[in-house]
Amino acid sequence: MTRISRGAIIGIACLIALPFVIRFFFSASEKYYLHLLIQILIWSFIYTGWSLMGRFGLTSLGHGAFTGLGAYTTVLLWNFAGLSPWLGVPAAVVMAVAVALLVGYPCFRFRISGHYFALLTLALTEFVRLCIVGLRDYTGGSLGTQPRRYGDGVSLYAMQFEPDRMLSYFIALAVWVVGLYLWHRVDRSMDRYALEAASQDEEAAASVGVNVTREKLKITALSAAMCAVGGAIYGQYQMYIGPETIAGLGVSLNIVFAVVAGGMWVMLGPTVGAIFTQLLSEGLRVLIQGSAVLKLWFGSAALALDTAIYGLLLVLFIIYMPKGILGTYLDWRRRHAAQPPNLAARAPRPLESKAGP
Amino acid sequence: MDCQLDIFFLEAILNGILLAGLLALLALGLNLIFGVIDVVWICYAELVMVGMYGINYAYKGGTPFLLAVLFAIVLIAAAGMILHYLVIRPVLDSAPINQLLVTGGVLFFLQAAATMAFGIDFKNLGIRLGSVSILDMSFAWSRVVTFVVALGGMLVLWLFLSRTFIGTAIRAIAQDRQIMPLMGVDSRKIYLITSAIGGGLAGLAAALMVLQYDIYPQIGLQFGPLIFMICVLGGLGNMVGGFIAAFIISQFITIGGSCMATEWGYAVAFLFFMVAIFIRPQGLFGART
Repeated sequence: MTRISRGAIIGIACLIALPFVIRFFFSASEKYYLHLLIQILIWSFIYTGWSLMGRFGLTSLGHGAFTGLGAYTTVLLWNFAGLSPWLGVPAAVVMAVAVALLVGYPCFRFRISGHYFALLTLALTEFVRLCIVGLRDYTGGSLGTQPRRYGDGVSLYAMQFEPDRMLSYFIALAVWVVGLYLWHRVDRSMDRYALEAASQDEEAAASVGVNVTREKLKITALSAAMCAVGGAIYGQYQMYIGPETIAGLGVSLNIVFAVVAGGMWVMLGPTVGAIFTQLLSEGLRVLIQGSAVLKLWFGSAALALDTAIYGLLLVLFIIYMPKGILGTYLDWRRRHAAQPPNLAARAPRPLESKAGP
Repeated sequence: MDCQLDIFFLEAILNGILLAGLLALLALGLNLIFGVIDVVWICYAELVMVGMYGINYAYKGGTPFLLAVLFAIVLIAAAGMILHYLVIRPVLDSAPINQLLVTGGVLFFLQAAATMAFGIDFKNLGIRLGSVSILDMSFAWSRVVTFVVALGGMLVLWLFLSRTFIGTAIRAIAQDRQIMPLMGVDSRKIYLITSAIGGGLAGLAAALMVLQYDIYPQIGLQFGPLIFMICVLGGLGNMVGGFIAAFIISQFITIGGSCMATEWGYAVAFLFFMVAIFIRPQGLFGART
């Protein structure tokens, strides 16, 4: 067990106190603020799961498949087999990990990397989305579906907490903390060094005894499992799942871009990415709703404004700030801190940029 | 599910061949860019979408169709050059995956910008070419025209690449990115020209697609993954491979679509693609080292 730092304890304490602060000061729109926070936490967990792979150069566009598998397996088992999500979520995780291994093994065994890996995993996303749409008798096709409500909507057995936002918040918070803990464990493990070596040069890593295929499979399985859990919880919270909202290419790209924006190589980077993207879209929405001129100007098109800005910012991020918001900030602080280097925060090591072949 | 070897099955196969022409043209542009610049434009199908809107508005504004097509080709060729100049050039030396993601940002931007500018409703040019009946089969003229023009476009590109000086320089850069600058070829200029040609091909594809499909901002998501799949299956950068792969994939789509629901045709195609890549990671016809 690693020592928990003081900053982490204070941070978690603040987050536990946060909903009560909101209830005290903003009781009128408490539900809205909590909804925002829950969204941020759930997506942060999913983003953190993706960044476990992404930071080692395994840029997967297939994680929309895993979140989709997680959400749909859980909901379908509940709706059609009456299986409680307490069994459904593990089943979903098993399913996602099985798919991840099935696709991952040949990928890593045959050294499919870079563009090929990204486009292959993109195909996986599309395949899963098409299967979801195709099984429309069960999944509701492209319209999506809902988990069958159990009782009054708050039930431990059915894992449905949506009406009680406070409870939902703490569940999301707990899941998020577990996600950060997993990230931390990977960061401190030997696997991290093995994977970093492999991401720089597979042959060299293999020659010093790293089982590249196995290491990559391990991290892929963990990453897919986290995304499946995240997807399942998202479905249970939203009480609606659709192929565009929780599966598919859009979700995959959103995951990748939020992580890039936040910072791929630092622990809280994916969380910062989630905060950034959620606040951007919500902020723009509120801004446009609140201003008559903007509302008139954009009309219903305002819904796409956040995505347009988002896309533009991502281009700028990748060109000028490839380490993301948090990564760049930490770098900046380290450079400006007048501390001896051994006290400075441990440097996240980005991948070396690679010139063309 | 009813799949008999009857005349409708033959119709599906022939329709698949007609579809393959369009897909091959789309894949060709992407392959050319990858082969020369070593970058995957994830937003390629979105450029096509912009081109479709360009034709739509030019045509409805009173421009004759062929002139509108020319306008779209020039427009998207310029868009390709701008994309290269503003977005690709700054990341040419960074990790390959950054190059892929940066165009993904452009994908988001173009899609959202199109939604804002043109709305989410389906637009149609309203050009009806009718169809031709052979035996009991019927083929839309728009598909036949698409197929012929796509093949013609590819032929013109091939002649350009093999017969002209600039075409030779482009092929040379594709073969060896390091040596050619030493031979006095300005690679930056070649990259810009290639981007313009890739964009022009997207504009041509847009002209063919407006004849068959409704225009909406998300149409790129319908075609984009398909194009990447064809390019990878044929071997990224391998133009002949991409051409053949387009015919394979389109058969899965049309036969699957005629025997089962449409999305199962696509799903089987994606599954086939993944298995094929596991068996031949460099693509079915890939010979790149």
